[in-house]
Amino acid sequence: MNEVPVLEVEGLVKHFPVRGFGAKGVVHAVDDVSLTIGRGELVGLVGESGSGKSTVANCIMRLVTPTGGTIRLKGTDITHLSRRALRPLRRDMHMVFQDPYSSLDPRMTCGQIVGEPLDVQGLARGRDLDAQVVKLFDHVGLRDELRFRYPHELSGGQRQRVGLARALAVSPALLVADEPVSALDVSVQASILNLLRDLQQELGFSCLFITHDLATVEYLCDRVAVMYLGKIVELAPTAELFANPKHPYTQSLLSAAAVPDPVVQRARQRVVLEGDLPSPLDPPTGCRFRTRCPLEERSAPQSHDEEPALVDTGGGHLVACHLVARGERPELFRPVEVTR
Amino acid sequence: MSLLDVEGLSVRFDTDDGVVHAVDHLSFSLADGEVLGVVGESGCGKSVSFMSLLRLLPETATVGGSALFDGIDLLAASNARLREIRGRKIAFVFQEPMTSLNPAFKVGNQIGEVLRRHLSLSRGDARRRTIELLDLVRIPSPERRVDEYPHQLSGGMRQRVMIAMALACDPKILIADEPTTALDVTIQAGILDLMRDIRERLGTAIVLITHNLGVVADVADRVVVMYAGRKVEEAPVHDLFARPQHPYTVGLLGAVPRPGSGRLQEIPGRVPSLAELPRACAFAPRCPRADELSHSQVPELREVEPRHLVACFHPGPDAEAA
Repeated sequence: MNEVPVLEVEGLVKHFPVRGFGAKGVVHAVDDVSLTIGRGELVGLVGESGSGKSTVANCIMRLVTPTGGTIRLKGTDITHLSRRALRPLRRDMHMVFQDPYSSLDPRMTCGQIVGEPLDVQGLARGRDLDAQVVKLFDHVGLRDELRFRYPHELSGGQRQRVGLARALAVSPALLVADEPVSALDVSVQASILNLLRDLQQELGFSCLFITHDLATVEYLCDRVAVMYLGKIVELAPTAELFANPKHPYTQSLLSAAAVPDPVVQRARQRVVLEGDLPSPLDPPTGCRFRTRCPLEERSAPQSHDEEPALVDTGGGHLVACHLVARGERPELFRPVEVTR
Repeated sequence: MSLLDVEGLSVRFDTDDGVVHAVDHLSFSLADGEVLGVVGESGCGKSVSFMSLLRLLPETATVGGSALFDGIDLLAASNARLREIRGRKIAFVFQEPMTSLNPAFKVGNQIGEVLRRHLSLSRGDARRRTIELLDLVRIPSPERRVDEYPHQLSGGMRQRVMIAMALACDPKILIADEPTTALDVTIQAGILDLMRDIRERLGTAIVLITHNLGVVADVADRVVVMYAGRKVEEAPVHDLFARPQHPYTVGLLGAVPRPGSGRLQEIPGRVPSLAELPRACAFAPRCPRADELSHSQVPELREVEPRHLVACFHPGPDAEAA
């Protein structure tokens, strides 16, 4: 790949200072996250609540200003650009939010919502704008007359389609989707995921897809990054990660996900993590996962003193674990192959 | 002899916009020590049905039918009678552990209240029993946790506290409404293990209301699938997943991404409005198998194989077949 990646994130850090309420300190929301997304690539960012995955998205979109590191969009460093300087570049990245109820302006019609980015970017006006909105509605499978309806008149799935149409209105190079289906019912989720996949194949945009649901990532993404407490612990091509998870945390996540098949679900062993997620105000020294890692005895004392680096174990499979780095294989969980 | 027998349960809400039929002639039974999964999407009536049994619905609700528990019809019982059952013999665990605990009281007091109210335990006994309960739901260092406030606990811990509270009086039935939905997967796995453990150790029958088919596949013995206020399918868990009969169940299973799945199956259209439930199969407008019959008559539940009931004129496990 000698072309410039659509998105390059290098050593991204985001700390939120906390004052008052008796607590004082710094929330280490994101610590040293690096991630590259190539043209037309779908990358999944997986993690549980508090892992910092949404903060990564918000930094990339510059909805919050990163504390450190660099973010390059198609080669341009956008980390410290002013709002004004950023505005023309906003054409190249758009976001779909989790909650289709609160992310659409209730006082605008859906047609206005979808047309707004085109208007702001000065890409279309008047009849041309209308025509483009009609096309966008058609693209995301919404009936034309819904252009004149308000968001509250639409179902959750329809609203998320509006959000998607708005995000894709200016044909961005990068779409950042933060849990776009988790507020929806299963059958509606399926149609939005299918739509996202179809649109991506047709329009060829790159996508950072943020979710807590591993099955969705497996369905949609080319590569997956797993986050834990502000750090990427494993990054690999999707098929490789699911067939051969190396980090103990990834293994426990995979073992915990409930698969809708009683035979598989009851046959496999499950790794239940002890304890709670440590406070991001005071993350553990060394390996951040060590306080819950079932293999902590094997990795101590190194895991207490030293932070494991994210190293390539071959084939673009990156893992941040002392045991893996030493050449040992953490095997808490093997994905089971079930043939029927 | 089953533990709970519900016959023809109907729940209507009188609203400003007319009558909403949330539950329409729902019948099911629950055996001793059984884990019954109740699945369906938002608005299918799964939560409302169970809340109606314990009279937890607002006064705008009109409830019909019968629900026999321990020789008593819950729906006809006096309020005083029901108070003895609610929380003591049938206990509820709600979805949101953040909002169902009172933030102003220590968790120990909240569990203790149940014990003192129902079992008339003294303060000291209640505290001792509370610590036992916290230990039962595998909360580490219960002696310390008992004096903590809800905000000091994580989401998973709070849900364990809720379960401890529900188990306080050793109920016969535990109704858990989306107990893991607000939790992360690794925490969810622990709660599901706990449910299994409770059933094995205490023999409590559990009703697990959820939209998550993976959760059902994990712990349920038998599954009821609901759509638009009606039961559309019921079967032992393995039969349901291996040979789903109702096109809605088939669609739901096809809609979940899973390893090696091809394109996800979509269910076209949307859930019908409950204000005007059709005198027909409620799923017909979205169903690939629907014909004239489906649009003109309500399909009765029938047994297609032992203990496998389906309300469809054209049942079968195949997604395409008519």
